[in-house]
Amino acid sequence: MNRAEKIKYEWFGNIRGDILAGIVVALALIPEAIAFSIIAGVDPMVGLYASFCIAVIISFVGGRPGMISAATGAMALLMITLVADHGLQYLFAATILTGIIQILFGVFKLARFIKFVPRSVMVGFVNALAIMIFTSQLQHFEGESWIMYSMVALTLAIIYLFPRITKAVPSTLVAIIVVTLITVFSGFGIRTVGDLGNISSQLPIFMIPDIPISFETLAIIFPYSLALAIVGLLESLLTANIVDDMTDTESNKNKECRGQGIANIASGFFGGMAGCAMIGQSVINVKSGGKGRLSAFVAGLFLMFLIIVLGDVVVQIPMAALAGVMIMVSISTFDWSSLRNIHKIPRTDAIVMVATVITVVVTHDLSKGVLLGVLLSAIFFAAKISKVKVTSISSVDNSKKIYKVDGQIFFASVSDLVEQFAFNEPIKQVDIDLTNAHLWDDSAIGALDKIEMKFEQNHVKVQYIGLNAESRLLKRKIGGLSKASGH
Amino acid sequence: MYKKILLATDGSEHSVRAAEHAIEIAQLKNGTIDIVYVVDGNTSKTDVLHGVDKYEVKKEREEKIKPVKDKITSVGIPCETNILHGEPGPSIVEFANDNNYDLVVVGSRGLNKLQTMILGSVSHKILKRVQCPVLVVK
Repeated sequence: MNRAEKIKYEWFGNIRGDILAGIVVALALIPEAIAFSIIAGVDPMVGLYASFCIAVIISFVGGRPGMISAATGAMALLMITLVADHGLQYLFAATILTGIIQILFGVFKLARFIKFVPRSVMVGFVNALAIMIFTSQLQHFEGESWIMYSMVALTLAIIYLFPRITKAVPSTLVAIIVVTLITVFSGFGIRTVGDLGNISSQLPIFMIPDIPISFETLAIIFPYSLALAIVGLLESLLTANIVDDMTDTESNKNKECRGQGIANIASGFFGGMAGCAMIGQSVINVKSGGKGRLSAFVAGLFLMFLIIVLGDVVVQIPMAALAGVMIMVSISTFDWSSLRNIHKIPRTDAIVMVATVITVVVTHDLSKGVLLGVLLSAIFFAAKISKVKVTSISSVDNSKKIYKVDGQIFFASVSDLVEQFAFNEPIKQVDIDLTNAHLWDDSAIGALDKIEMKFEQNHVKVQYIGLNAESRLLKRKIGGLSKASGH
Repeated sequence: MYKKILLATDGSEHSVRAAEHAIEIAQLKNGTIDIVYVVDGNTSKTDVLHGVDKYEVKKEREEKIKPVKDKITSVGIPCETNILHGEPGPSIVEFANDNNYDLVVVGSRGLNKLQTMILGSVSHKILKRVQCPVLVVK
């Protein structure tokens, strides 16, 4: 396929499926965009504008057709303190900076570094996200009546049971319509979206964030932007892999990084908050038959259309319905298989996963959890492979001894290694068999030099056998240096 | 009749038992058994989250249906495996109808009433919509 054909295929290869799926996604996006705005502490319009801008822009510049990006919980959770301490304008600026950082990630092809985030950290990430979305809803229950509780229960019941009747209409939409109608006509007087913010039936307009352009501003927003950029890309690339798998196709990860960046910059300039790809919505999109770029485009456009036409209705959605939807989102985000299998996976993986979750829940910052998880995994990994096995065989006349070394020789394993040699034996020669060993760094060569030196002090000759090519090269380059300086 | 059999599997015990019945029938008529395994959206999510890369994900899935496949090939019946993506029920129905199978064999998961209400029964969907005879193994 040439370029023009590919673009045509990605846009118009599946018109009917994409339009229908896009409409389904738009309907499911509205309550989430509003709820995520409320989590972040901003007006619902900020999340709705963000979802519109990001979905539409990403349909042109994203690397994974069929994936849905919009305002997300993971991102909303990161901006709570920024909004509370500095206000909305700083959020717009941070969103733009997030986009710039993400574009740099794409330009320098850093998507491949995602593989350094181990899967136990990714599992911890999604589980922490699920827990945070759930706990963010608890505030809506405070001081509420049993009417509100039963409305939440009704919402959840419809969400989970309605698909048994038909899957043609998204069950979250049915739940919201039913619960909203009950609230409006019964006059229960429970809190609605309108009590927490405004919905304006207007298209977003371009504006430059009203902030002082100074180093101080940058110092405020940069930590937020960096965390937003990393978390956004992490969730986007994970989602891209899931969509790859579901559709059995490939995607361009670096283009996706750039695309996420461009979309966030647009979002920031049009009064939206930072967003990223959404696992749940992307799965809904593919399941509903969407797989082309058109699906994300239609989702964004239809969402904006609905808000303009139905803005007055949307403010009447009770918070109970949104809380119910968010509880569903949290349940489906959580990776339940990780709980079922926690006793089966290696203990260190389980520790990393749990540590990631705890860090996020305590710090309210997904990026800190990921950072700690990656560091912890690295330490566990180093500890695991730093186990070196040394076995020795003596020759018949006891004049020669062969040491066989198994394992990775590097800074973490050398102290173990040296201790496993006996230097005071009355022998003439020692062979060190490194067939099953690999020398990795300066410390490895230093350790061998030290062993050699100690043997030579006792007038024992040392010979190496079975050094692999890479290890030999390293030894030739830096071997003997530490020995020479030791004398 | 019954020369071209499709065995729907999820790698579970139920589907191994279903395989035994498929083998019995195939041996009577000297037929072939093709395996179909459907990866749905949630399984995709879990597998990708826990897999290192797509090659490992693919390997793990093949590993999952291996007990069933081994059972069939060990008695010398030709067997091809197909891994599909989508909703299990409709995907199996479409695959079976498009490829003109003579018989579809499927294991029943043995869900209780509540689970059936929420999860739905794949075997029931297959039973209703596949054009050829269907054997549901309990």
